[in-house]
Amino acid sequence: MSNLTSLTITQAKDKLRKKEISSMELTKACLERIKKLQGKLNVFVTITEKEALASAKEADNELRNGSYLPLLGIPIAIKDNFCTIGVRTTASSKVLDDFIPPYESTVTQRLKDAGIVMLGKTNMDAWAHGSSTETSDYGPTRNPWNINYLAGGSSGGSAAATAADLCIGSIGSETAGSIRQPASWCGAVGLKPTYGRVSRYGVVAMGSSLDSPGAITKSVEDAALILEVIAGHDPKDATSSNLPVPKYLLEIKNPEKKLKIGISGNYLEGVDVQVIKVFENTKKMLQKLGHTFVDLKLFDPKYAIDVYTILQRSEVSSNLARYDGIRYGNDRSFFGEEAKRRIMLGTFTLSSGYYDAYYKKAQKVRTIIINDFKEAFDKADFILAPTSPTPALKLGASQGKIMFGELADVLVEPSAIAGLTGINLPAGFSSDGLPIGMQFIGPQFSESEIINIAYSFEKETEFLKERKPNL
Amino acid sequence: MNPVIGLEVHVELKTKSKMFCGCSADYFGKKPNTHTCPVCLGLPGSLPVPNKTAIEWCVMLGMTLNCDIPQFSKFDRKNYFYPDLPKGYQISQYDEPFCLKGSIKLDSGKTIGITRVHMEEDTGKLIHESVGGEDVTLIDFNRSGVPLVEIVTDPDFDNVKDVIDYLKKLQQITRYLDISNADMEKGDMRLEPNVSISTDGKIPNYKVEVKNINSFKFVEKSINYEIRRQASLIKENEKPIQETRGWNEAKQKTVSQRVKEESSDYRYFPEPDIPPIKWSQKKINEIRSFIPELADEKVKRFTKAYALSNYDGLLLTKEKSLADYFEETIKQIKLIKNDEIKPTPKQVANYIINKGTDPEQTTIYQLIHSIQSSLVLSSIPDKELKDIIKKVLKDYPKITEDYKKGKKSVIQFAIGQVMYIIRKKIDIEILRKLIIEELN
Repeated sequence: MSNLTSLTITQAKDKLRKKEISSMELTKACLERIKKLQGKLNVFVTITEKEALASAKEADNELRNGSYLPLLGIPIAIKDNFCTIGVRTTASSKVLDDFIPPYESTVTQRLKDAGIVMLGKTNMDAWAHGSSTETSDYGPTRNPWNINYLAGGSSGGSAAATAADLCIGSIGSETAGSIRQPASWCGAVGLKPTYGRVSRYGVVAMGSSLDSPGAITKSVEDAALILEVIAGHDPKDATSSNLPVPKYLLEIKNPEKKLKIGISGNYLEGVDVQVIKVFENTKKMLQKLGHTFVDLKLFDPKYAIDVYTILQRSEVSSNLARYDGIRYGNDRSFFGEEAKRRIMLGTFTLSSGYYDAYYKKAQKVRTIIINDFKEAFDKADFILAPTSPTPALKLGASQGKIMFGELADVLVEPSAIAGLTGINLPAGFSSDGLPIGMQFIGPQFSESEIINIAYSFEKETEFLKERKPNL
Repeated sequence: MNPVIGLEVHVELKTKSKMFCGCSADYFGKKPNTHTCPVCLGLPGSLPVPNKTAIEWCVMLGMTLNCDIPQFSKFDRKNYFYPDLPKGYQISQYDEPFCLKGSIKLDSGKTIGITRVHMEEDTGKLIHESVGGEDVTLIDFNRSGVPLVEIVTDPDFDNVKDVIDYLKKLQQITRYLDISNADMEKGDMRLEPNVSISTDGKIPNYKVEVKNINSFKFVEKSINYEIRRQASLIKENEKPIQETRGWNEAKQKTVSQRVKEESSDYRYFPEPDIPPIKWSQKKINEIRSFIPELADEKVKRFTKAYALSNYDGLLLTKEKSLADYFEETIKQIKLIKNDEIKPTPKQVANYIINKGTDPEQTTIYQLIHSIQSSLVLSSIPDKELKDIIKKVLKDYPKITEDYKKGKKSVIQFAIGQVMYIIRKKIDIEILRKLIIEELN
């Protein structure tokens, strides 16, 4: 059975079309594996078995009728900050313990319209505040490669579910790192789209000027497939882009051009030696493919931490104001420590007399960072960097470290602040057998190109996929 | 001692849908919480999408108030807690509103500066009542997210008369633009005067804000009260404090609600869910072209084109519907055949003004007919008409008898008898009036 669950979306889709398997078989296999491993990994906040079986049945009918929906019958796990009609949506916070949305997020609506089977809602850092899932009010998600290690976050549940074959693919969301970092720690493909490429409607807001929903998958092709479904203008999200959505899947196999890949030395400072080793290997592999490297001096990523912290806390303090105890059953005392800290800091940075010194200044530095990347992309097509300074850290690593998330995300925050797209790709393993990921960062709306180079890199690293977590 | 008065006015727009969602904005008198959706309920994950029409109307209003329309504008979040505010913040505009630095000329000849005109959303409504013997507060979110425009004046008023004139003009403008019903009783227009008293000709460093007044009369009373109250404090060598007060109609005075020390810090910051608005000159021109002729211009044109007095012009243009009705009547009269009576514009104006004709009740055809009749009738001397009426009443004593018993329908019979004798088209309304006079 685990053979079935280890399929990629692309493989499963093929087998479903050829009637080699049914969506019901595939869904049941996933549900069984979830039941077997949920206790061990704590991946889901809510498992929607009944709904999943009903969707699978419907999908099989559709398949028999020759329907050609892009994700028909594919079991997918959804991060618990996407509002799903009739299905509890907690954002892993007890404040929303009883919240059953009366409406559907645009992303999940588009996925449902494309035929998915939703397996359940995955664990995350509460309100997406964190990079470990340790701020979840429903306990941390464990790393499938070693359950004494963290899955990363905030989309840790989706990343672990994908890496451990509890689902065929999954959906996460990234504010700064929340897709790429857990994908890196769990050994999955995590594609963070350009801000505005995918609608935020119905995603419990974290940092509104940064939030980008995206896919965490087992292959680059799968990421392209999901992006094609969820991307595009949404009349319900005024910040969503009007640009047409390219045919990512068609363009993925275009013969890749020889690219100039940018590298910035300050993205390697303080990075774990094992990660550096994988980085060097990656460089060699790309060189072999005929790409060349350009030295860049990007704006020191450590400043991005300050900018990100101020902007994101400010937005958080306002976004979480609606949970005032009047409407959602549980009052503000149900907020966890991290949320409280962020609300307090954000309230402070927006207060009169401090606004200019913090929020306004941070916005100015944000503009500097945006321009810095613009200049960089005049010299290079993409930037290559490690996704995280370290492989997965041990359970409890975030405890007592109030800036844990920001430090774990130092290498993804600048690009998130600039609203860029980026992808994490599994690129190697540590001596402890933990995955190590590398990221490509591209200009806004360069998803096609980024998917293209990621695909060619993936082909060179197929051998990595032979290793599976031992569960 | 000179009063220094400024005004903040909130006008609710009558767009079909709300400011940031597709819900109907026509909430008045509707069943609570039936005009709501995830957006105006502020549910997790919902996002505001601005209503283009509302924004254009706000800009249009700013233009008629001679404001600058900056090329760049944005929405901001005004953060505060109140149970009728489901998101914990109101989407409003802070430092870069749609319209800035305008002016309006009053009948007194004085020009009042308009500080700004900006766009925001209305809140829900709290209803305090007893349910099952328990005192509870209920929330109706039907009003939540209805578009509001706030118009702020400079502190340029020094008397109540000008304030009322300004408010009436503003009300008239919004109705002419057809962007609000500006119905005070329905809360379409909410008024907040800021009153202080200057002892040295300069703007005082305090102001008293009287909140949420919903009638011109109360504005007048509250300003007069505040002027008296503050003046007597100053005479006692006390300085009035900066505070928010409310008008208490029962006590006929303003009552303190909140003093400055307690005023909140709204932690304004740019609304990240709505991209900033950048106007092109083309769009600005387009919006300007939507502005209809306003009352002031209409009065000028009417007096010139139709040889009316300024007074007639003012009365006819009070409501745009009446002005349109008048002009349409003039147009129709031009089409009348030459052998018929053609009332002059002045005659039409007189008739409409004297009779208080309601355009909703009388069609233009009926109006022209009545005017024609009245003109015919005027050729019959009043004396003669009265004699005929007297004769009819004498011939039919039952008319007077029945009328005294309260049988009003008998007048119809009297009219018929008079008409039978005259055998001419006459204005029945005038005839009716004369008969009633005679009966009494």
